[in-house]
Amino acid sequence: MSGSLPIGALGRLAWRNLWRNYRRTLVMLLAIAVGVWAMIFMTALMRGMVDQMIEDGIAALPGYVQVHHPSYRDDPSIANRIPEPDAAFSAALDTPDVMAWTARVRVPAMVSSERDSRGVTLLGVDPAGEIALGFDTEDIVAGRWLDGPDDSGLVVGRKLLERLETDLGKRVVLMSQDPNNDIADRGFRVVGVYRASLPVLEETFVYAGKTRVQTMLGITAQVSEIAVSGRDYRNVDGLVAAVSAAADSEAEVVPWMELDSYLDSMLRVMDGFVLVWMVVVFVALSFGLVNTLMMAVFERIREFGLMQALGMKPRAIMFQVLLESLMLLTLGLLIGNILAVASVLPLSGGMDLGVVAEGMEMMGAAAVLYPALKTGDVLLANAVVIILGIVTSLLPAWRASRYRPVEAIAKT
Amino acid sequence: MTLLLRMAWRNLWRHARRTWLTVTAMIFSNVLLVFMIALQFGTYDMMINNTLRAFSGHLQIQAEGYQENQRIRSSIPSIADLARDTRGALPSVGVSARAAAFALASSEERSYGIQVIGVEPEYEPTVSTLPGLLAHGRFLKDEMVPEIVIGAVMARNLKVTVGDEITLLGSGRDGSFAAAVMTVVGIFDTGMAEMDRSIAEVPLPFFQEVFAMQDHGHQVVMALNDLDALPAATAAVLPLADAREGLVALDWVALNPGLKQAIQADMSSAWFMYGVLIVLVAFSVLNTQLMSVLERTREFGVISALGVRPRRLAALVMLETTLMALLGLLIGLALGWLVTVYFHQAGFTYPGMEQAAERFNLPSRIYPSVTFSSILLGPSVVFGFCLLASIYPALRLLRLRPVDAMRTVA
Repeated sequence: MSGSLPIGALGRLAWRNLWRNYRRTLVMLLAIAVGVWAMIFMTALMRGMVDQMIEDGIAALPGYVQVHHPSYRDDPSIANRIPEPDAAFSAALDTPDVMAWTARVRVPAMVSSERDSRGVTLLGVDPAGEIALGFDTEDIVAGRWLDGPDDSGLVVGRKLLERLETDLGKRVVLMSQDPNNDIADRGFRVVGVYRASLPVLEETFVYAGKTRVQTMLGITAQVSEIAVSGRDYRNVDGLVAAVSAAADSEAEVVPWMELDSYLDSMLRVMDGFVLVWMVVVFVALSFGLVNTLMMAVFERIREFGLMQALGMKPRAIMFQVLLESLMLLTLGLLIGNILAVASVLPLSGGMDLGVVAEGMEMMGAAAVLYPALKTGDVLLANAVVIILGIVTSLLPAWRASRYRPVEAIAKT
Repeated sequence: MTLLLRMAWRNLWRHARRTWLTVTAMIFSNVLLVFMIALQFGTYDMMINNTLRAFSGHLQIQAEGYQENQRIRSSIPSIADLARDTRGALPSVGVSARAAAFALASSEERSYGIQVIGVEPEYEPTVSTLPGLLAHGRFLKDEMVPEIVIGAVMARNLKVTVGDEITLLGSGRDGSFAAAVMTVVGIFDTGMAEMDRSIAEVPLPFFQEVFAMQDHGHQVVMALNDLDALPAATAAVLPLADAREGLVALDWVALNPGLKQAIQADMSSAWFMYGVLIVLVAFSVLNTQLMSVLERTREFGVISALGVRPRRLAALVMLETTLMALLGLLIGLALGWLVTVYFHQAGFTYPGMEQAAERFNLPSRIYPSVTFSSILLGPSVVFGFCLLASIYPALRLLRLRPVDAMRTVA
């Protein structure tokens, strides 16, 4: 590979050549470092945003996989209900894939205070199950969370409370439809107020005890959905299989990707974006890289001729130029990676995007952005730069090895 | 000057390959910038227009505080008169009055909480695209009949079609019980799931009767033909709102804060990416020009020994960069324009965009906007940064000492 010279000597030659024109090398190093920094930094920000969108989205669904009556998703009425999970179901879900699961009654309803009315989604829940699935009692900003499935209280969002002009401890009336399509209504006392990362969620969901809601609707031991959470939201095939095996054969088992296709498309668009962004930055870099190497080769034509005349093989010359390029790239990558980590770390406590909070909400993202520095993305950035960098350096390196010794030495 | 120009031009082609490589870097980023910025502006225009024309309009008069909590009691008295006065003040603008309330809608088989909007059947089509998007039946005609127009998803959820009856249950403005039986006369399909699921429209006078509103309403909605006409329209509307107590005029930014902020958030990430591209091209220019100055140190020494002032030499280097940047600008503009015009005709789409598009009221194909400013903006910034990058190499020439320079071995 190294022709007539040992690799160590070639390496030393390449390293010294790199610093013969230190200004040029420094400018190029700076360019590579800025490029790599931008690749990683931007990706960390976007990833952080999308990750959180997906986590919040899954928390709002909730669960990675849900079980419904086959008609429920098209017609979310209490008419489309499934039996409450039994002991066999819970035994079947006792696998390492499953983190937690809960069953809930979920129906559209109208909530009225003395002052105003709003359309909401009424959730009849098992409070402990909701916590297991991700409901954080830290988010209760006033009052308390429900005690158990037969708690007679109601927990509403902060924004809804404001819109209804009601308060903690006051009564509100919930109206929904029972399976016979008669209006079912019932008064509830507001016992707790929660906050959510997206205000729209605070307006949509109201929580009540599961058995209370079942009584109100005139059903027993039946629910609208079973939500199951797992370990890795990117890979839910195993979970779907486990839940399908456990669930009633009539029921429909759907992963979050199908429940919220916007989230799923965001995840995939993001993966595509990361690669496109890195390649675009690299292409912008590559012109400078080729130019720098071309100049370095061009000004040393005589030298290359002399070396060949002294018996160095063309391959060794090509190797030497490639080595120069590799050193330049590696140094640039090193600085770029350090810069990226140094700029992401101070932001790990979250970037407050409060000024555009409502815009982020429209995209489905929260107002505080936590950059996510993923090993995979960092490796990808480094791989893109090294591999494409070597490919682009092939041309100058090849040219350097193609000069004919006599003509090259004669060149002024 | 012509001599300097000719020298600069010839100097550029002494290293043709190097010059072309640098110019190609400029072309690459220029084409990308032209296309991306045009696409971005095209998207924003569509987002704004589609969202505003669909329902909210560009400008509204509301009672103070209505926007925050949309309480039924925050209403405007004699709203029809106010709408008429507004129409008089703004003859070329669509103006219509509305009232809104939440109610439980029940069909034979299903019940859902929905938002009921009272509209002026005659004027509503001038402020909203919704009446024009009827998939079945017709829009509202008369003022006092119990007719209702609902969205396609709501119709599916309630299991009703044109001709079926819906019962509305809710509370009136005074807290009284409000109930009415309405006939579905039309079903609209906007393609925006949220609207198709939650909104129903009834005639305003009928709404006022059912919800005990007397002659009150909640919004006077105005839709303009062009966003640029907004300041003039706002100026004309403000005195009308001020003449009555407790009213405010809100423009689209106040009505849809999310829309403006989504655009801002998107813009800031886009500017960051463009900035990185531009900086990388500037580095490329800096390196090329620095090299071309360093390798000509002897030459410059000789020229200045012949009496040419350093400032002329600096001007020469700047001129070389200007010519190079101009070349990149012109070719980049031409190619970028071609690409943009192509997609302006054919539309642009990428996988996964459909879901995102629906969220922002966009069609699944986006047509970049080909305007003078959207095309010229990116390349002119690149041009500016390239010139900036050549300042350092040029400045070095001001410190050139002829004798030392002539001794330099290149």
